Amino acid sequence: MKNILDLTIRETSDLLFSKQIKAQELTQAFLERAHGVNKKLNSFITICGGTALKQAKKVDELIANGQKLNSLAGIPVGIKDVFSTKDIKTTAGSKVLENYIPVYDATSVNHLFNANACIVGKTNLDAWAHGSSGENSDFGPTKNPYDLSRVPGGSSSGSAVSVASGSCLAAMGTDTGGSIRLPASFCNVVGIKPTFGRVSRYGVIAMASSLDCIGHFTKTVYDNALVLDVTIGEDGFDSTCIAQKQDVYSSDIEKGVKNLKIGIPKEYFENLDQRIKRLILEAVKKLEKLGAQVEDISLPNTEYGVATYYIIQPSEVSSNLARYDGIRFGKTREKFGSEAKRRIILGTYTLSSGYYDAYYLKAMKVRRLIRNDFVKAFKKVDVIICPVSPTTPFKLGEKTSDPLQMYLADIFTVTANLAGVPSLALPCGFMNYLPCGMQIIGPDFSEKLLYQVGHAYEQETKWYRVKPKI
Amino acid sequence: MKKPQRPEIDVDYVSKLANLPLSDKEKALFKKQLKDVLTYIAKLNEINTNKVEPIAHIADLVNITRGDETSPSLSQDDALKNTSKTYNGFFEVDAIFEEQ
Repeated sequence: MKNILDLTIRETSDLLFSKQIKAQELTQAFLERAHGVNKKLNSFITICGGTALKQAKKVDELIANGQKLNSLAGIPVGIKDVFSTKDIKTTAGSKVLENYIPVYDATSVNHLFNANACIVGKTNLDAWAHGSSGENSDFGPTKNPYDLSRVPGGSSSGSAVSVASGSCLAAMGTDTGGSIRLPASFCNVVGIKPTFGRVSRYGVIAMASSLDCIGHFTKTVYDNALVLDVTIGEDGFDSTCIAQKQDVYSSDIEKGVKNLKIGIPKEYFENLDQRIKRLILEAVKKLEKLGAQVEDISLPNTEYGVATYYIIQPSEVSSNLARYDGIRFGKTREKFGSEAKRRIILGTYTLSSGYYDAYYLKAMKVRRLIRNDFVKAFKKVDVIICPVSPTTPFKLGEKTSDPLQMYLADIFTVTANLAGVPSLALPCGFMNYLPCGMQIIGPDFSEKLLYQVGHAYEQETKWYRVKPKI
Repeated sequence: MKKPQRPEIDVDYVSKLANLPLSDKEKALFKKQLKDVLTYIAKLNEINTNKVEPIAHIADLVNITRGDETSPSLSQDDALKNTSKTYNGFFEVDAIFEEQ
């Protein structure tokens, strides 16, 4: 039998339901793995063995009683440490919340519990989800499992790494400007940023409220769809959450790409590293062979994405972080790390009297133009394929002293957040043993289509089989 | 509408607005780093947006409301669980106005 840590959710679930393995054994194996690699990778802030094993015991009893369960039952899951978890410490990667113990669960965590998933730990991140490398964590940086001297991408660094390193089979993350897609791309895993409003954000520590999306990481596209099937659903607590147009994302995933129109936006490929360009265009060629049609398109306002994002996001950050005053919970404001302080200052400035129109309002107008680019493109094509990152995983420390260079790592990802559209990041190969990912972007609420396209490509390549040597 | 000609942040003033204590070292560093960022975002001035409607909400939702009815919520004990200072079952805060 294959190592159980190397299986997908689909394969593991089959073993559990056919009683070839017990949830408790499975959870135990993943907990041992998580503890074993955490010293090297620092992907978890908290590993919660007790909670996970209790849930696993319940799953074993339900299976023994012949209950019909969700595919996620008994599956070990990691949770980015910005999701509130009742009675489990939730730090947001910041010293401000180092002793904070929530008294309720985030809605998406609640959905996972109801599906009987086993939460093995809270994963490391750039503090408050501010960062593209994982290095802004007040609890030390997470390392890339494919090369320990390199960053795993951020801000959901620990979630991507815990899936890539076999410490769990799925992990929750948040994506405000690329925080799921970038680490997915750097760690050879699949990550989804759903449509804005698809998944309730209740109980997730807010970063930039007009951009924040809840998504997750898995090894395969099908597994990713299984998790979205569980996390969607309106709860009455997030007024931006949209009840309509829900799908069963894991069904019909094998529909294929015949006659599908794929757009290649020229702005994302001009001046792109030739090796990254080659990998992505090879992937597009594979889809073409499967019956898709490829068309060149233009998203003319792409170059304004980062500038727009770095007005809107810090403005909203400064407002959301205003609640941390050390009175009701957490420590006082001087405990904020450098990046949070920098963003609070920038955002307070751009929202301050006399500057609001020049910055925030202007950015919200350009945001309209960026969204219009996508709306127009999706009249011609069904999906857009483009790179996730302009580089492969960079060295730890390489960009920490120059915030602007770090911000520019988000150049290909912020646009989907500004436009609100969903984007699936998935592996498309390796360069010098370092993972490289691509994005499949679709119109609002097209997650099901994105999974079908991603699955078709993945069947041809199966990059997830290339495991890191830790 | 003020158009900042020389983008530079008065960090002293803004840190007071944000109620964010900063060291002198941090102030000097942020001033320099954020000047680079502001210079970069000034890029947006290249675009004429006079006739563009700003995005208010990306999914165009309007007036999302619920009935004004009470429902079970956190207990007083739970609400106070993470604070360091309480008084008679309330949060205790520093006085805002001090007696002369």
